[in-house]
Amino acid sequence: MTVVADRPERIEEAAVATPEFEKAAERAASRRGFLLSLPAYAYLVLFFAVPLGIVMIYSFATRNRFGGTDLSGWNLDAYRKLGEPIVRDILFRSLWLAVLTTLICLVVAYPFAYFIATRTPLVRNLMLVFVMIPFWTNFLVRNYAWRVLLGNDGLFTNISEALGLGERELLFTTSAVVIGLVYGFLPFMVLPLYASIERIDLSLVEASRDLYASGFQTFRRVLLPLSMPGVIAGSILVFVPSLGAYVTPEILGGAKTTLLGSYIVTQFLTARNWPVGASLSFVLMTVMLVATLVYFRTGGRNL
Amino acid sequence: MGDGEDDPVSDQTAAVELSAITKRFGSVVAVDNVDLEIADGEFFALLGPSGCGKTTTLRMIAGLEFPTEGSLKIFGNEAGTLPPNKRPVNTVFQDYALFPHMTVEANVAFGLKMQRVSKDEIAGRVLEAISLVRLEGLEQRRSQQLSGGQRQRVALARALVNRPKVLLLDEPLGALDLKLRQEMQGELKALQREVGITFVFVTHDQEEALTMADRIGVMNEGELLQVGTPAEIYEHPVNRFVANFIGQTNLLDASVVSNDTVCLANGVHIPGHSDLPVGTRVAVCLRPERAGMHPPDEVPADHQSVVGRLEGVTYLGNALVYTVVLDWVRLEVRRENQPGGYRPYAGEEVAVSWTLDAVSVVRA
Repeated sequence: MTVVADRPERIEEAAVATPEFEKAAERAASRRGFLLSLPAYAYLVLFFAVPLGIVMIYSFATRNRFGGTDLSGWNLDAYRKLGEPIVRDILFRSLWLAVLTTLICLVVAYPFAYFIATRTPLVRNLMLVFVMIPFWTNFLVRNYAWRVLLGNDGLFTNISEALGLGERELLFTTSAVVIGLVYGFLPFMVLPLYASIERIDLSLVEASRDLYASGFQTFRRVLLPLSMPGVIAGSILVFVPSLGAYVTPEILGGAKTTLLGSYIVTQFLTARNWPVGASLSFVLMTVMLVATLVYFRTGGRNL
Repeated sequence: MGDGEDDPVSDQTAAVELSAITKRFGSVVAVDNVDLEIADGEFFALLGPSGCGKTTTLRMIAGLEFPTEGSLKIFGNEAGTLPPNKRPVNTVFQDYALFPHMTVEANVAFGLKMQRVSKDEIAGRVLEAISLVRLEGLEQRRSQQLSGGQRQRVALARALVNRPKVLLLDEPLGALDLKLRQEMQGELKALQREVGITFVFVTHDQEEALTMADRIGVMNEGELLQVGTPAEIYEHPVNRFVANFIGQTNLLDASVVSNDTVCLANGVHIPGHSDLPVGTRVAVCLRPERAGMHPPDEVPADHQSVVGRLEGVTYLGNALVYTVVLDWVRLEVRRENQPGGYRPYAGEEVAVSWTLDAVSVVRA
């Protein structure tokens, strides 16, 4: 009975829902949303925007003769220094290593993520736990573990000797840095890839095979386009920290392979040139911000 | 299983031929030793409850599963382990499986593109396929912007554009509402006649199978129980399961008492209906619409009958269904709703009757 009685009222209510009414409701909803997100905004402003602003201010400041920084005589010297060959080399080397790390992670993680996504739920959860297990150990400790593995009498050297490839010292080379970076950031590639592949209806793969596509064509025409959001998200999550990596290159890399992260630290702590460190940090930050924006502009919105 | 009617099949190469096909998933037997021939140009339905192995059988023909044992031939060529892209077969998937990142046009063109057909030919054939399923004007839409019926048509066009030798349909109408489903039944049938391709479709809906198929294969628990035309299956089911699964039916327990006579549990003998060994437990299948109903003392001379008490009447509009209770069985009798005639009331004693040609005997 009540259901029947309800009906006419609802219809009246709908009739009252004029554009003004809807707009007012929308405004109320967005006000509520703003209040709810206020703590997050406050956190971001306090711990992200303000420090970033300070970094930016320092990047225009002057280094004085005693290694301190004078907040006066604003200039662009620090940015000009970024054009110098040494800094430029470091910048390109870092970019190249970050790109290489991202590509290797992508190639390694994709089949693995596809494998996980196509297992039964139990196996799937188990494998996801395996992916996350390394996080339970300190990042620094894990990097030192690689030092042992790659070192003079380590596993890799022994294997290459046993295979008759001669004694190959990997530690303190660029390869060691890439191995370390891939190892460190692989989970950040696997997880978003898994999330986006898992959402794909696997009957689409069957449909593609049924429509005369080979396995590779199915990957290129169906799986890859549909998992693009995961590919982009994973790539950003690997590329960004690889570009600014400090710990891994410090521990596994040699003196010849200085990367951005180490260079910035050197500017602040050893060279005592805060403006240059600040300007490099700021440029790095901008590159990452642009990359993230590109993601949300393209891949993030599709699907 | 009507041997005479199968003759056209053996005349020419079968479109699909399964010989002793078994499919196991671990210890589960999904399809159990199935032999089946589907003729070229036939509209064949695989019918059965969910989990009976009908979809697995279809997927083996498509190449999406490989048989554990047995041989599978498509137009005479051994195809048991060919990957799906090497078979002259296309599938309309249960939920259509349209590519969400492509337009209708790109979906339909996909198969031809993969076969490296020239661009001009693709354009022409896609246009043709889209007009065949009457989707003109929707070429640039994405599947999310289509209704269920439209998606179904895209799935059909996407398969048919490749001119497969066999079209497989997995519960093609399952996702549609009743009215649209009935409409599409007629359309699919007409389409099959128009393109002349062998259609093999899987369904759990016996009415759908009866309406559309030239022949039906009834499956249960991995076994193929009976293959025949809709009339053969409806009128001469081989066992209790088939009799129950296809349409409404009354099953009366009986046993074989002589060469060709069975005896009902209440002692009534029905002659001329069995070639099973004496003593076999059987069931007599009496369709509700074939049963007669009379006052107990007015049963026509050429009818056999049992007497029971009328429990109730269900009014269906065009028909009335009477439920008659005996102490050993409960029977349903369906009568057309026509003026006049015998209209007993609940509680009355009535005789449920049949002529000898109205019943069939099935294995229990």
